[in-house]
Amino acid sequence: MSLPTDPYRPVPPLLPRAMVTRFPETPSQTGGPYVHIGLAPQQAGFDIFDNNFGNVLVTDETEGERIVLEGRVIDGTGTPVRDALLESWQANAHGRYAHPDDAQDKDLDPNFRGWGRTGGDFETGVFTIETIKPGAVTNPDGSVSAPHILLVIFARGINLGLHTRVYFEDEAELNAEDPVLKGIEWEVRRNTLIASRSERDGRTVYTIDIRLQDTPDGGAETVFFDI
Amino acid sequence: MSTGEYVERDHALHPPSLTPGYRTSVLRAPRNALITPKPTLSEITGPVFRSDELGALDNDLILNFSKDGLPIGERIIVHGFVKDEFGNPVEGALVEVWQANAGGRYRHKKDTYLAPIDPNFGGCGRMLTDANGYYRFRTIKPGAYPWGNSRNAWRPAHIHVSILGRGWAQRLITQLYFEGDPLIEKCPIARTIPTVDQLRSLIAQEDPASNAPFDARAYRWDITLRGRRATFFENTDLPGAPR
Repeated sequence: MSLPTDPYRPVPPLLPRAMVTRFPETPSQTGGPYVHIGLAPQQAGFDIFDNNFGNVLVTDETEGERIVLEGRVIDGTGTPVRDALLESWQANAHGRYAHPDDAQDKDLDPNFRGWGRTGGDFETGVFTIETIKPGAVTNPDGSVSAPHILLVIFARGINLGLHTRVYFEDEAELNAEDPVLKGIEWEVRRNTLIASRSERDGRTVYTIDIRLQDTPDGGAETVFFDI
Repeated sequence: MSTGEYVERDHALHPPSLTPGYRTSVLRAPRNALITPKPTLSEITGPVFRSDELGALDNDLILNFSKDGLPIGERIIVHGFVKDEFGNPVEGALVEVWQANAGGRYRHKKDTYLAPIDPNFGGCGRMLTDANGYYRFRTIKPGAYPWGNSRNAWRPAHIHVSILGRGWAQRLITQLYFEGDPLIEKCPIARTIPTVDQLRSLIAQEDPASNAPFDARAYRWDITLRGRRATFFENTDLPGAPR
């Protein structure tokens, strides 16, 4: 095809033949109320797999300080969500992720994958994750992330999994320099990501409530991330 | 393969969090905007799974809970590819599926629908994608069932699908529907999806060439996860480059 030469004829911009392709991501749908069947069948009430994924991330050999992360997911009326499913992802005690794209010069722990999943209790909504406190992570841009655990929350009524992070109240110095916490413009909202530490029955428990909306008792909606 | 951060998610492709037609979303939808964090190592990494963590029958829902016979219902095969937005296969992705039985009843403590439990059907399975991103499982076609969104609301036949890809940023849970089901377009959950094209991408297509003759019909369903940029870490040493 030759290019039009008539100066009064509108000329469409000359476009390259399409070479850039970006296929649309598959859309999300809610996990629904029976998410446990697929992701935590024992909680749904039956035994099907020999090997079950769960909320205990440590063995006796895992390196690091044992902690229990405990919390609830709470809806806009202040009622605990009792059909949520959560997954966690974190670095090991040295601050290294068990993943080929982590190029930090730190030790892997063969006894720690760093990933867990659990359903909230059907009566109370309380979830627990038995893990270790992760180390600080040096990111590819040189910034240092304070120790933190990533959480993603799925449930009936949640159309797209909600991503958040848990930081530790006794890491104030590193938290103050954390690139993600600092990136939250409203300092008051940063507090929604900080778990409080206590000792219970000889175990260290970090507690956090995840609020899907502001609650009538004055609780503030948790920060959720577009990761 | 690119090893940089994941390209920003296009939220126009996904349901918004607040979708009043799906009533449960109203009290569970965050009211504040999501916050975009600085990219860190945490989102480009994610759990890695080994094939020996799964059992030989984990992807065969026809046999993996069989007690004294075969489950009742239409025998089907579902298969397809997991790729990223740029067409690269996602190898080693953990694909987990769960569903109701042929009568529309879930094997779950909280499901009280009057259709019966099938003693030979559990309703869940899992598999890892191969080097081409390919996955495949065998199951019974699930039935439609009523739910409490309103007095006469029926879920179309569907299979829930969870995918853990290479990076945490690719985490996705969705639902697969079946070609020809008139309930899809009426379903308040399916209708949370903002465009017809995107909803169509959740409908598995009849794939007669992949049928197992005299045994099972096949459906093809492909999954697209997020893709990532190339890295240019070396540029940070150039004069004037941000550090």
